[in-house]
Amino acid sequence: MKWLYDFSYLTRAIHEGLSTRFEPGTVVILEMVLVGITFMLLFALLGLVLVYAERKVSAVIQQRLGPMRVGKWGTAQTLADVIKLLLKEPLINKDADKFLFNLAPFVIMIAAFMAIAALPFAKGLHAIDFDIGILYVAAVSSLGVIGILLAGWSSNNKYSLIGAMRSGAQIISYELSVALSLLTIVVLTGSLQLSIIVESQANGWWIFKGHIPAMIAFVIFLIASTAETNRGPFDLAEAESELTAGFHTEYSGLKFAFFFLAEFANMFIVAGIGATVFLGGWMPFHIGSWEGFNAIMDFIPPIVWFFGKVGFMIFMMMWFRWTFPRLRIDQLLTLEWKYLLPINLMNIVLMAFLSLMGWHF
Amino acid sequence: MKSVINYFKEIYFGLKSLITGMRITGHYFTHPKEIITQQYPENRETLKMFERFRGEVVLLHNENNEHKCTGCSACEVACPNGTIEIIHKRVDVDGRKVKALDTFVYHLQMCTMCGLCIPACPTDAIVMANTFEHAVFDRSKLTKVLNNPGSKIMDGIK
Repeated sequence: MKWLYDFSYLTRAIHEGLSTRFEPGTVVILEMVLVGITFMLLFALLGLVLVYAERKVSAVIQQRLGPMRVGKWGTAQTLADVIKLLLKEPLINKDADKFLFNLAPFVIMIAAFMAIAALPFAKGLHAIDFDIGILYVAAVSSLGVIGILLAGWSSNNKYSLIGAMRSGAQIISYELSVALSLLTIVVLTGSLQLSIIVESQANGWWIFKGHIPAMIAFVIFLIASTAETNRGPFDLAEAESELTAGFHTEYSGLKFAFFFLAEFANMFIVAGIGATVFLGGWMPFHIGSWEGFNAIMDFIPPIVWFFGKVGFMIFMMMWFRWTFPRLRIDQLLTLEWKYLLPINLMNIVLMAFLSLMGWHF
Repeated sequence: MKSVINYFKEIYFGLKSLITGMRITGHYFTHPKEIITQQYPENRETLKMFERFRGEVVLLHNENNEHKCTGCSACEVACPNGTIEIIHKRVDVDGRKVKALDTFVYHLQMCTMCGLCIPACPTDAIVMANTFEHAVFDRSKLTKVLNNPGSKIMDGIK
């Protein structure tokens, strides 16, 4: 069970096992394939679990039961939905730009895959550890909007186009807030590398160590990242009541499933970034010098901590989504440019001051 | 200066209203016992329909197979969409020919459950029952005769 606490034992064992059998070049390719398959399985699993969780959370919040018929407590409902989506006919609009139409879902999925590669899941379980990790993730996670714009443009449908354009305006605005709120913590860590950011939280998470500015940054991150994933009160891009389904109106079957999966994958990614930067990634919860308490917390494997924190962040996003009414486009931009951005800039100055004076823990 | 105060006031009240909303939904989330959904076919034995639910019109009969309908057609007149048809007969009472109920025809397929026939009845002979499983395979089964065969009017009802 040693590998559960430090995954480098497992990864090194796999690497050595492969190295004895194949040449170095083949080993690299095989490892890449292995990592790719792992992430694909992770996404498939995440899709199944998160769709079910979303439906159940929304149901209980609205005093309903949610899916209850397929399997015990409806647990097999998403599996049944997947089979239904696989069997559906992939329709293409007659006047659609067929190449871009088919390309769009893949662009979105590729963006999600690129972003998840840089996330540290547990000790030693980290596909690529860039030294500009946060910059990379912030840059790549907003690439998904290209897929949305392509989908909206190529559908040859005015609702799709309006949805896609709204999504573009939204991501350009909110990407600023996401990056700036992450920068607030980077001021403290002094590094963009995600593994170093996680290591720096061994004696306490940044949200506690950074006092008020870190809390403000966390709230801003929660709001802006919800907007960036086109979810919750910011789902203007698909606004069911105004634009039928926005950019994915014309999609069906497996391609629609890709958009659906990408939404949940993006949600997982932003929740993962938030958990890594603000809530300590896979670091257990430690309180100062309480040795016994800290030992118990250390006993819980890091991967459980990571997924627990991500689960908490995702639950917050679901809570937002099923509580708040959808914003109008002008309200959306007012919120970003008149409130979040100025507060964020002031917050960074405050954090820099705090960091200079050494007032953080 | 006033605009600056207003700016922060807006943020404060905005956050406050958001938290109020989240507290309500959070309350629902943490109290799954308050779920109001009924799992219908499974709980068929224990399901109790609400008192005020209007399912269909029934003509009340007592244990002697007697009802209170005088055949006055007030319900037929009150019905906005011709759901009720009263067919009369003439019976001899003390040597006089008196109008009485022969057949109380009720077209469930036309009924909108408005309940206007209930207050229109001078003798309180009909009520709205709260049954709701009305699905049948043949449309003609929805046309019902409400008075039981061989039933007659209760004594003293005019």
